Amino acid sequence: MVAPVLTATSSGDALELHPAGSWTAANAATLERLSSDVVPQLDRAAALKVDMAGMRELDTLGAWLLEKMSRRVTSAGHRADVIGMDDRYSGLIDEVRQVNRRTPRPIPARNPVVAKLDGIGRATIGASEDIAAFLQMLGSLCMALVGILRRPRSLRLTSLTYQLYRVGWQAIPIVVLITFLIGAIIAQQGIFHFRKFGADSYVVDMVGILVLRELGVLIVAIMVAGRSGSAYTAELGSMKMREEIDALSTMGLDPIEVLMLPRILALVFALPILSFIGAIAALYGGGLVAWFYGGMGPSIFLARLHDAVSVTHFEVGIIKAPFMALVIGIVACSEGLRVKGSAESLGKQTTTSVVKSIFLVIVLDGLFAVFFASIGM
Amino acid sequence: MQGTSGQFAIRVRDLVVGFRRHVVIDHLALDVRRGEILGLVGASGGGKSVLMRTIIGLIPRQGGEIEVMGSPINHDRATRSAAGRWGILFQQGALFSSLTVRQNIQFPLRENLVLSEGLMDEIATAKLEMVGLKPEDGDKFPSELSGGMTKRVALARALALDPAIVFLDEPTSGLDPIAAGDFDALIKTLQKTLGLTVFMVTHDLASLNTVCDRVAALADGKIVAIGPMHELLQSEHPWVRAYFHGKRSQMLQPRAS
Repeated sequence: MVAPVLTATSSGDALELHPAGSWTAANAATLERLSSDVVPQLDRAAALKVDMAGMRELDTLGAWLLEKMSRRVTSAGHRADVIGMDDRYSGLIDEVRQVNRRTPRPIPARNPVVAKLDGIGRATIGASEDIAAFLQMLGSLCMALVGILRRPRSLRLTSLTYQLYRVGWQAIPIVVLITFLIGAIIAQQGIFHFRKFGADSYVVDMVGILVLRELGVLIVAIMVAGRSGSAYTAELGSMKMREEIDALSTMGLDPIEVLMLPRILALVFALPILSFIGAIAALYGGGLVAWFYGGMGPSIFLARLHDAVSVTHFEVGIIKAPFMALVIGIVACSEGLRVKGSAESLGKQTTTSVVKSIFLVIVLDGLFAVFFASIGM
Repeated sequence: MQGTSGQFAIRVRDLVVGFRRHVVIDHLALDVRRGEILGLVGASGGGKSVLMRTIIGLIPRQGGEIEVMGSPINHDRATRSAAGRWGILFQQGALFSSLTVRQNIQFPLRENLVLSEGLMDEIATAKLEMVGLKPEDGDKFPSELSGGMTKRVALARALALDPAIVFLDEPTSGLDPIAAGDFDALIKTLQKTLGLTVFMVTHDLASLNTVCDRVAALADGKIVAIGPMHELLQSEHPWVRAYFHGKRSQMLQPRAS
């Protein structure tokens, strides 16, 4: 490879350029500098001659830079000629002459206020579309369910079992571990702070009520949304991308019935069970901490727990679980169906699905808290 | 480097590639001359793509030597990072879906060269027009492109750094005959103007007939026949005969020879 050079000689008004060496992409930075250096001379020139005799190597980049020089001169109404061209390069030079003739229409910059308003408007419409999509999914799910009740044989039992295994059985270890730790942390904090008032035995009430009513089901729901909801969205999304869902519909099958119903039903069955297991693990964690950190033996812990919590607390917690599962499942499936053709959209929809379902689970928990308070549970 | 290897763009000697015990490429030898369009044919699953991917260093080999433009190729970072030496058109285009068409074409330029934004835009537009697209198409995203356009953009990206060799993996698959014909013509034109060496894996008998200077047939892990199309038609190898003289092939070929 030879370093590129550009010698300019002027005879009268006419400018003669002698590009030499390797005018290739590898020397891009040098070439760009060389060609911008001669711009003032080009603007003064009344005619241009480009002598290609010294050219050793030429590629599109080099050819385009030379073409740009010629165009600068011709656009000022002067003559530009290329001489001494090797036959090897004539095709390339001719090709480059054709390109960049038409500048693409510049997209006019938008008024920032209008753009902001446009964004708000679109977000509002998007939000109402989200609600519509949720309700539509809920509706078609109910239709599918009615269909199943009429023809019980059309329930995909294999699929349902497999999904139950995935979102239920396989989730148990991580759910147990996390809720165990949460229970232990709550108990430790409770003992540490209640001790100042000499009220450390009330930590059992706190752990029991908090875990059974609120935290057990909430933590498990959030974990399931992150673990299984995201998996549903990604699966259905990539099936959508690869036209598998279209293939199903063309075979006269309802994707809702075949793909979504087993998944959502599996979640609805699995989440109460996981919540129960999670609550027990949290109580176990709390009990261990109370024993080793607070010095409260297991028999005392159990006796106090017996006094502190009632079946009502447990019911309040567990009743919420299937509804949360339904929300997670519907959000995950409808976000999966919104995936467009690209990998980026798959990632975006998966994120949206997790964020949205966690948000909705917490909102739902709040609504349930109001509801249970007003019916005195 | 000059002399014998100077006239060859790719030299493959005694190449063995396999997955576990299954040998796909079995002591294969192949020379691709500089400035020619070589078409590679072979049965589906017969190792055409494996051969191509081994040459560009994506698949490790078990034995043999590969030279591209006089320098040896290995399955390591150094080879893979030697961008600019070759451009590759993958079967599905493999455009980056989060970038626009223009950004896709500029990607190799941006990563490998020091260029001003303005010049980079001009080069991208030039490449777009060279592959027969409009400058406006540069602002589209890959998901908005038709099959033919995707292939053209992928070709423009493969050519972004003006490589000496381009590898095309089934460039005309999935295109209608008109689009495929146009694409063939485009490859031929670009090969002439840019002085490219083209290594093309294809099943398209029409492309083999019209654009390829030579055709190599891969069967049982070896190159069983190589030469201009009319020589391959005379080949006595049973697989090559079946390939070119099957019912489908008969429909395409002239009754002469």
